[in-house]
Amino acid sequence: MVTVAPAMSDIRSAAPAVPVAAPPAAARPAIEIDRLDFFYGAAQALHGITLGIPERQVTAFIGPSGCGKTTLLRCLNRMNDLIGIARVAGGQIRFDGVDINDPRVDVIELRKRVGMVFQKSNPFPKSIYDNLTYGLRIQGEKNRARLDEIAERSLRSAALWDEVKDRLQASALGLSGGQQQRLCIARAIAVEPEIILMDEPCSALDPLATAKIEELIHDLKQRFTIVIVTHNMQQAARVSDRTAFFYLGKLVEYAETRTIFTNPANPQTEAYVSGRFG
Amino acid sequence: MNPANSAALRARSTKARWMEWGVFGLLRVATYFVLACAAVVFLDIGIKGGAVVFRRHAPFINIPFLTEAPETLNVFEWEGRKRTMGDREFRTFRAQHAAELKGVQVEAYVYSAGGIFPNIVGTILLVLGSIGLALVLGVLSAIYLSEYAVDGPFIRFVRLSILNLAGVPSIVYGLFGFGFFVILLGWNVSLLAGWFTLAFMVLPVVITASEEALRSVPGGYREGSLALGATKLQAILTNVLPYALPGILTSSVLAIARVAGETAPIMFTTAFVVRDELPWQVKQWTDFFFQGVMALPYHIYVVASKIPQNQYTHDVQYGTAFVFLFTVAAIALTSVVLRTRLRKKYRW
Ligand SMILES: Nc1ncnc2c1ncn2[C@@H]1O[C@H](COP(=O)(O)OP(=O)(O)O)[C@@H](O)[C@H]1O
Ligand SMILES: [Mg+2]
Repeated sequence: MVTVAPAMSDIRSAAPAVPVAAPPAAARPAIEIDRLDFFYGAAQALHGITLGIPERQVTAFIGPSGCGKTTLLRCLNRMNDLIGIARVAGGQIRFDGVDINDPRVDVIELRKRVGMVFQKSNPFPKSIYDNLTYGLRIQGEKNRARLDEIAERSLRSAALWDEVKDRLQASALGLSGGQQQRLCIARAIAVEPEIILMDEPCSALDPLATAKIEELIHDLKQRFTIVIVTHNMQQAARVSDRTAFFYLGKLVEYAETRTIFTNPANPQTEAYVSGRFG
Repeated sequence: MNPANSAALRARSTKARWMEWGVFGLLRVATYFVLACAAVVFLDIGIKGGAVVFRRHAPFINIPFLTEAPETLNVFEWEGRKRTMGDREFRTFRAQHAAELKGVQVEAYVYSAGGIFPNIVGTILLVLGSIGLALVLGVLSAIYLSEYAVDGPFIRFVRLSILNLAGVPSIVYGLFGFGFFVILLGWNVSLLAGWFTLAFMVLPVVITASEEALRSVPGGYREGSLALGATKLQAILTNVLPYALPGILTSSVLAIARVAGETAPIMFTTAFVVRDELPWQVKQWTDFFFQGVMALPYHIYVVASKIPQNQYTHDVQYGTAFVFLFTVAAIALTSVVLRTRLRKKYRW
């Protein structure tokens, strides 16, 4: 089991004024989204989203294009900060009991603990090894032995070790699409986050590469909390424990994946998962 | 099938087609005309200058021309023959033959003997220093403009000003450099003043091209870095700037040609018509920055228009122009090679 306690160092730079609640260990949500309203300029993209993401499980976000899945995902590690017009207008996202939009939160620390894998795989045009160790090196890690060890460990975790162990110094861009995406997962794992956000990680991959990543996600949830956005309903059904269905920026239904796919409470959800719209 | 339609399908000479053909022809002629003009200039310099720089016999290169300083050429009648002698040689000769030389008429032609070594050195120093300076200042500004500045009326105004500065004639930069660096800052006519003046002249090009290069780096690299917990600065330095370097160097190739070639910006700020010491012959290292230098374009200007013209100046003019073209091409080529290597290293 991964110990969370030492990594719990406060993500805020200042002393905590907001008391850090210690919820009971069982059913502890890794992230609590609480009545979140989000705008791009004047256009509201998320309406009062409330949802808890359970620790060490896979949570899937599904819904038709443009319903706000990516937006919500990028709220969780504040990647939306990069978009000038983006703004959280109300509600909270609590990670470790702390509202991550609190101005005192150190966003760098947050992103170390909430990693991300992008829809368009983005290995850096550097060697495989440099990709893997990038996160640690910018944190100041120089110990070659430790970097080597972590590179190997994260490659093994991403089920990529056997395929690339002989060419760690070769350019990452020489890998196949599926390998590149797994390298991006390995790179995210290397900084040992608690949560990994994945935005349609398989959307550009063939079925075989997709299957490998799904398998990988299954293994990774032993150690990480995973949130995955997907377009592919079978994928959500295969990999996730819980599924949230969004429509037009609203959370329509959120339940155990099995419930969503076999016995949804909402007729809209039912229509979507059975392929009748979207 | 309608016969009129199928006839139209086969028709080859509609009005629009003739127009197209005519315009293409015009464009082609215009291009060839420019090429032909350039070819004439290069051939003229290549043939006449090559005759000065190269030799028919070993070592095949006119080494004194490349390694000696310009000298005055002395021409006189001696034992029934016409003799030509550079100043240094002539001085020893005169000391030995003082008596015989009495009454012999000696004609002196400035800069027509010796070589252009100090000018080559001066131009290389000017190019390296000013390009270095322009790249540092330009890349810093470009990073600010493309990564940090919030787009608004002020930043748009700054960008527009930079673009407009690119069109300012070089003599204006020369006079600015003279007024600001030489007089106001009291740097006198010096390498430092020349570096800054030339750097300022090419900064608009370097900034604009660098900004373009930074922007063309895919956003995924920036986001990928940030998502791994990099600060914005770390992301830029490790995952944006390196990939933009080839594009930035492309701008520097253009800048090198301009910096090496312009005469106006250096004639008031850094160029000496003649100077006996070489740049490294300074008393203390700080003097290095505050010395004037001789430079190739200024030398061409001087020998082509500031001294009496005769058959002896002709060689210097063409030889200098030839070496000048060659030097600029060599520096630019270095930059191109560097760029190609970087491209290979970071291909995306
Ligand atoms: N950078 C942006 N600027 C403005 N609007 C955006 C931006 N990104 C997304 N949107 C809008 O926000 C809504 C949700 O988009 P997104 O989260 O990307 O949807 P999904 O990932 O579910 O397809 C869409 O209407 C989209 O047009
Ligand atoms: Mg999306």
